[in-house]
Amino acid sequence: MPATFTYQFDTPLYKGTSSFSTGIFIDGKFVDGSNKTTIDVVNPTTGKVITSVSEGTEKDVDLAVEAAQKAFDTVWGLNTPGAQRGELLWKIAQALEKNAKELAALESLDNGKTFMWALGVDVKSAIDTFKYFAGWADKIHGKTIETTENKLAYTRHEPIGVVGQIIPWNFPLLMWSWKIAPALATGNTVVMKPSEFTPLSALRATAILHEAGVPNGVVNLVTGYGNTVGAAIASHMKIDKVAFTGSTLVGRKVMEAAAKSNLKNVTLELGGKSPNIIFDDADLEQAVNWAAHGIFWNHGQACCAGSRIFVQSGIYDKFLASFTEKAKAIKLGDPFGQGVDQGPQISQIQYDRIMGYIDSGKTDGATVHLGGERHGSEGYFINPTIFTDTKPDMKIVQEEIFGPVGVVIKFDDPADAIKQANDTSYGLASAVFTQDLNRAIETAHKLQAGTAWINCVNVIDVQVPFGGYKQSGIGRECGEYALSNYTNVKAVHINLGHKM
Amino acid sequence: MGLSTTIQVPRLNKSITIPTGLFINNEFVASIDSKEVIEAINPATEEVLCAVVAASEKDIDAAVAAARKAFSTSWGKNVTGFERSRLLNKLADLIERDAQELAELESLNNGKPVKMARDSDIGDTIQCLRYYAGWADKVLGQTIEVDNKTKLAFTRNEPIGVCGQIIPWNYPIMMWAWKVAPALAVGCTIVMKPSELTPLTALKLSELVKEAGFPPGVVNTVPSLGPVGGAALASHLDVDKVAFTGSTVTGRKIMEAACKSNLKKVSLELGGKSPHLIFESADLDQAANWAALGICYNSGQDCTAGSRVYVQESIYDKFLAILVEKMKALTIGDGLDDKSGGGPLVSKTQYDRVWGYIDSGKKEGAQVVLGGEKRKGKGYYVDPTIFGNIKPEMKIVKEEIFGPVLAVGQFKTESEAIELANATTYGLGAGLHSNDANQCMRVSSALEAGTVWVNQYNMLNNNVPFGGKKQSGFGRELGSHALDEYTSVKAIHWNFGEKLDWPL
Repeated sequence: MPATFTYQFDTPLYKGTSSFSTGIFIDGKFVDGSNKTTIDVVNPTTGKVITSVSEGTEKDVDLAVEAAQKAFDTVWGLNTPGAQRGELLWKIAQALEKNAKELAALESLDNGKTFMWALGVDVKSAIDTFKYFAGWADKIHGKTIETTENKLAYTRHEPIGVVGQIIPWNFPLLMWSWKIAPALATGNTVVMKPSEFTPLSALRATAILHEAGVPNGVVNLVTGYGNTVGAAIASHMKIDKVAFTGSTLVGRKVMEAAAKSNLKNVTLELGGKSPNIIFDDADLEQAVNWAAHGIFWNHGQACCAGSRIFVQSGIYDKFLASFTEKAKAIKLGDPFGQGVDQGPQISQIQYDRIMGYIDSGKTDGATVHLGGERHGSEGYFINPTIFTDTKPDMKIVQEEIFGPVGVVIKFDDPADAIKQANDTSYGLASAVFTQDLNRAIETAHKLQAGTAWINCVNVIDVQVPFGGYKQSGIGRECGEYALSNYTNVKAVHINLGHKM
Repeated sequence: MGLSTTIQVPRLNKSITIPTGLFINNEFVASIDSKEVIEAINPATEEVLCAVVAASEKDIDAAVAAARKAFSTSWGKNVTGFERSRLLNKLADLIERDAQELAELESLNNGKPVKMARDSDIGDTIQCLRYYAGWADKVLGQTIEVDNKTKLAFTRNEPIGVCGQIIPWNYPIMMWAWKVAPALAVGCTIVMKPSELTPLTALKLSELVKEAGFPPGVVNTVPSLGPVGGAALASHLDVDKVAFTGSTVTGRKIMEAACKSNLKKVSLELGGKSPHLIFESADLDQAANWAALGICYNSGQDCTAGSRVYVQESIYDKFLAILVEKMKALTIGDGLDDKSGGGPLVSKTQYDRVWGYIDSGKKEGAQVVLGGEKRKGKGYYVDPTIFGNIKPEMKIVKEEIFGPVLAVGQFKTESEAIELANATTYGLGAGLHSNDANQCMRVSSALEAGTVWVNQYNMLNNNVPFGGKKQSGFGRELGSHALDEYTSVKAIHWNFGEKLDWPL
């Protein structure tokens, strides 16, 4: 029997108890992993182990797929009409809402983001995601298509079946809902691997989902490592679709495994090195505020972070000065502390990696305009860092750092800024700041990115699609577009009179 | 609370409280300038249930003004789709909570059995509200490639504005939901005129609208006489759209008033004389079930009633015998009685009208195969009636009766069946029963109706569109199509790169 994790929160911002099973979740039950081994869960604020969760294996993935397939064939898929699937998704949203604060607290504990951000953005958006996709469930329309009077031709948008979903550690609960909601709305069943770094909110939320009445086997959660559970999902012969959010490096492996196994459908949401272009005529104060949100939100651990900030020479000095003040004012500390803006990075590995990039920046000759060092002596805290005087080929300019490290680059000619902005293998997001809306539109249209933010950055609405160009990914999440990730189009031709 | 009354229901050992004022700006108020009332009658007992305020033209003005103000300030583009979704879902929750009482009230005023009101009418109503709640944050326009160097072109589907909605008495709660849900989902505000025969549930639902949290003025309810309230809404200069469900006769007047006033948008869902075709390969027992449902459901007071059944010659006698037994099996009685499968007609006027048609059928030489005899005692009852030996020119074959009165005819060939079916100015519903798939396709393609049922009848779904062809109306309710009735497309051409030389 898997252990129950019970945690008592006694903090200035939240007091309460959370108690839930740490097993893997298959066919409606929390069970031990096949090897009976566990994975430690670390609190990044302290660097200490808080609990451990069951470790899933390839065998557990097999069991999960079996349960998911059975559910798809009997109680889910098109056996449950869209209106009912929608109602269930609505119930899940309400149940998550009821437990919002507890979920936010778990998220902070496990991920290190502040409780206020977790509650106000992560958990709220997760709830909104379920509400949004609940509405789509009975609106999955195919088309009837006129050809000749001898034929009735129509399409069905059928659920794919068992889908594999692999999510990251930066927005654990939000990523959980972005994956599950559209998959369930369209009638699929799910085998999901949460990140081994942040399994807690997924475990609790899955228990809530089960209590809300989702039939056994519809959602299965197998915590485990990427190279065991993740690989098993990506190469499983009976999973017909895999959706992955994570690094580009691992995304390639997922796609390769899919190609080598059963050519399963793949959608990827990968990394980014998103440009934020700020023109002379931008509203300076707003540009500064948004740019700070662009790179320091979630401690820089956002795939769409505006990590390369291009500032036109006319306002460069003013911008840099203001932006630096904004960064300095960010208060680091305990995620549950009053007035804290930034918590720790997720893990030792990430901490080392980010510090490695900072070192490389120094080595390559860039100027550390602000920060560049650890904060405090406990936990994985890194001070907001700003680099200037960079060259385009520096690692800190080319590669995704995934930390609170911004690169500010001066430009004169807008065409040059756009060229540099596009000079990356990534293409997830982009931002433009200017009061000249015509120029904004023109620029946005030229940027090779799946999202172009104008006079804002890092704003996500569940109704608006999100995803990458180039090596930032394949497919779109959110909005109506997400539905096509989880449906198979079948064309039906009914011959009415064509004799052979 | 403002004006209200309590109805005693000794048969259920309870009483129901109903607001009786006009619902304007979330308050129940008296008429500005009139003392007129509308009496709501129980068609099973023929007794008056209570009286409600009848709106005058001035009251309609006040309601429209309230709706306009809400549209400009707290609704329309001032509220997010997300919030509209939340409120519609809340309203659905409240109706679900009060379903039993609403069903009883519906039965008392309309006559239909309580369990049908609760499980069908109200069950579908709740689903309808939830369905449109799901659309509220998904109103999508298009971006359109024109010239990438110079222009961004896109459309926005904007709410039309203040909508006048006029609903009938046959499914008071469900017709209310069909109108209210899509209009609110896209951001319109509403002035709703329920039927003067069945105003009570619309008023009760207005209480729930307020409880759910809709801002004042978003939904306004103004029971009134058709020639007063209906005419006022149809010709009002500050109403942007009128949606009407009712008779074709009145529908014409609505459309005329609309074009004579401000060319407001119009959608009409009118009458029908829907054909129901039984082919020889059909499962006769099933077909008879559906045919009985088609004419007896809601005591035949259904715009899509399958009121003309045409049977293939080869199976005519056999089928008719089965159908007679099916229709005999229906127990019609007081709606509060659990045993009732159908209730009385809604009013004395309808009762007289239907009996007028039955008499004309007899006079014109049709054969009474079943029914056709008046009951003694209280209640506007009409028992299931079947006429055979019909001819196309008979009134009972051409005109909409709106009671459980069926005209049965026969045909030899498929093309004859189609011809008979389409020989009507109406085009609302049609049904066909056949086990020949190709025939099903051919015939469903040939039938001139907005809804065609194959091996079924009468069953609708909230996500499938519904409406008429020909003189049964235009516009569609239900499904995503209903959203189009309440949105207006604005195309935006945003030039960011074209410089104009002048003179050209």
